[in-house]
Amino acid sequence: MSAPSQDVATRNGVFVRALIYALLIVFAVYYLLPLYVMVVNSLKPLDEIRQGNMLALPQQWTIAPWLSAWSTAQIGVSPTGLKPYFLNSVLMVVPAVAISTVLGALNGYVLTKWRFKGDNIVFGMMLLACFIPFQIVLIPSARILGLLGLAGSVPGLILIHAIYGLGFTTLFFRNYYEAFPTELVRAAQIDGASFFQIFRRILLPSSGPIIVVTVIWQFTNIWNDFLFGSSFSSVDSIPITVALNNLVNSSTGVKEYNVHFAGAILAALPTLIVYIVSGRYFVRGLMAGAVKG
Amino acid sequence: MADTTMTARSAAANPRATLQDLLPKIVLAPSFAVILIFVYGFIAFTAVLSFSGSKLLPDFSTWVGFGNYVRLFNHPNWIVALKNLAIFSILYIVVCSVIGLALAIFLDQKIRGEGVLRPIYLYPMALSFIVTGVAWKWFLDPGIGLEHVMQSIGWESFSFRWIKDGKMAIYTIVIAAVWQSSGFVMAMFLAGLRGVDNEIIKAAQIDGASTLTIYRRIIIPLMRPVFLSAFVVLAHLAIKSYDLVVAMTDGGPGTATWTPALFMQKFTFGRNEMGMGAASAIVMMMMIFTIIVPYLYSELGGKKK
Repeated sequence: MSAPSQDVATRNGVFVRALIYALLIVFAVYYLLPLYVMVVNSLKPLDEIRQGNMLALPQQWTIAPWLSAWSTAQIGVSPTGLKPYFLNSVLMVVPAVAISTVLGALNGYVLTKWRFKGDNIVFGMMLLACFIPFQIVLIPSARILGLLGLAGSVPGLILIHAIYGLGFTTLFFRNYYEAFPTELVRAAQIDGASFFQIFRRILLPSSGPIIVVTVIWQFTNIWNDFLFGSSFSSVDSIPITVALNNLVNSSTGVKEYNVHFAGAILAALPTLIVYIVSGRYFVRGLMAGAVKG
Repeated sequence: MADTTMTARSAAANPRATLQDLLPKIVLAPSFAVILIFVYGFIAFTAVLSFSGSKLLPDFSTWVGFGNYVRLFNHPNWIVALKNLAIFSILYIVVCSVIGLALAIFLDQKIRGEGVLRPIYLYPMALSFIVTGVAWKWFLDPGIGLEHVMQSIGWESFSFRWIKDGKMAIYTIVIAAVWQSSGFVMAMFLAGLRGVDNEIIKAAQIDGASTLTIYRRIIIPLMRPVFLSAFVVLAHLAIKSYDLVVAMTDGGPGTATWTPALFMQKFTFGRNEMGMGAASAIVMMMMIFTIIVPYLYSELGGKKK
């Protein structure tokens, strides 16, 4: 969508353009400020934050807060740092993303290339599932996880995330495959190709972009999730977001702001890296999630 | 080309094995079944619970009719939560849309460095609300944050303690939420602006319309669908707002920043009022569906050929 800019632009005066640049820069500062505050203060000793200026660069640089946030900070009852919870999140996110993406691709394939009576209703119901407030499924989900013996476990969280991600993954692939020429599928069918052969040989090879978009979307959402993580985890399955919140909002002891900031950056790092490496796809996923149909 | 004959032939010559015919449905069935149970079955479960006298655990032996709903709407914390939701969602939607549209229009003026600015505006969307909450919580904290900074550089009388003030705390959550989402709204508008047909604009320029007029009379009205999408996305996020509040204030000071989602969590799991918690979740769902269902209906309906 990066067509040439509007021609309206060319007629603005120098003053107006200067004003526009100034405003754009002011906003860039606004968006960067919290990140700057986090980074700068995660590299200062605690005293310097308490007495000094939060916006100033460290006078005495230190990576101690980072080491503490990663491996020794008190979280809940144990001084483990964020490391074990970071690993929990990795163990949770990878299978949940993989399962929901594969199923979403197959669902999208069926819903566009093997249409049947009522497929629109099926799709509509899956689509609506994207938008429910998850509060409405918390109580029964807790029951079901208990019945399945998955309460408070990483597999339980994987199951929950995979299921509640299905609506979006199906939506992404359905919209993508909708534009894929059905004639190719029909031709292959006549040549005797099976359901899965057609998917593997014809649709999958051109699905690269939508797979990337879906994986990024799911990864970001599941990594950043707090509600399910805080509702369905126990001591050894707590994901990083919940651990970070425990670190920052535990009321006991001295508030180690520098450790909090380092921890916040650690928790944000995976999604930030994904965003930096593949921002284009990230934006496309957001748009696909926003602009339906 | 030959596609019409193809489909005609494939429909006629189709004595395939039954398994092959059923395969697509077999593949789709597990996902659909899971959605039926985990979404629609669970909604039904919660709806039933909302009419029960459940406290600590689901209890299907005592029924209270609409009792939970009556108690809910008479409970001061729920009223606070609804007021906060109203304040939060109106400001959040309006400010995000204004900033988003303004930034998009500015960026669309053949700006040097657009490639640098755009990702800066958008990166907060990649962060979790908990991270955003931590950053803003401490930045707005009077002890070490903005107020402290201003005073330490010599502005002694500077005071900014909204986050500690029951009346103003909800606005600090608006500030953080706008920071997180406005770049995304910018991206939506920018995509919309880039999709406007240049011919229309050229024609208006030939007719002597000023830049301002072109935006006001032609381009912004063309952005109607983007406004609608942005509204739906933001309203939906606002009703679900939970993580950010937990991270920044955990509902405090007192109950000043409770939102419906926080109410649901605290009543169900903290105060053993599962019946009321379920009722509050049902109300939240109805709020979201009032916005989403007509939107999806029009979007999907319009697409059908």
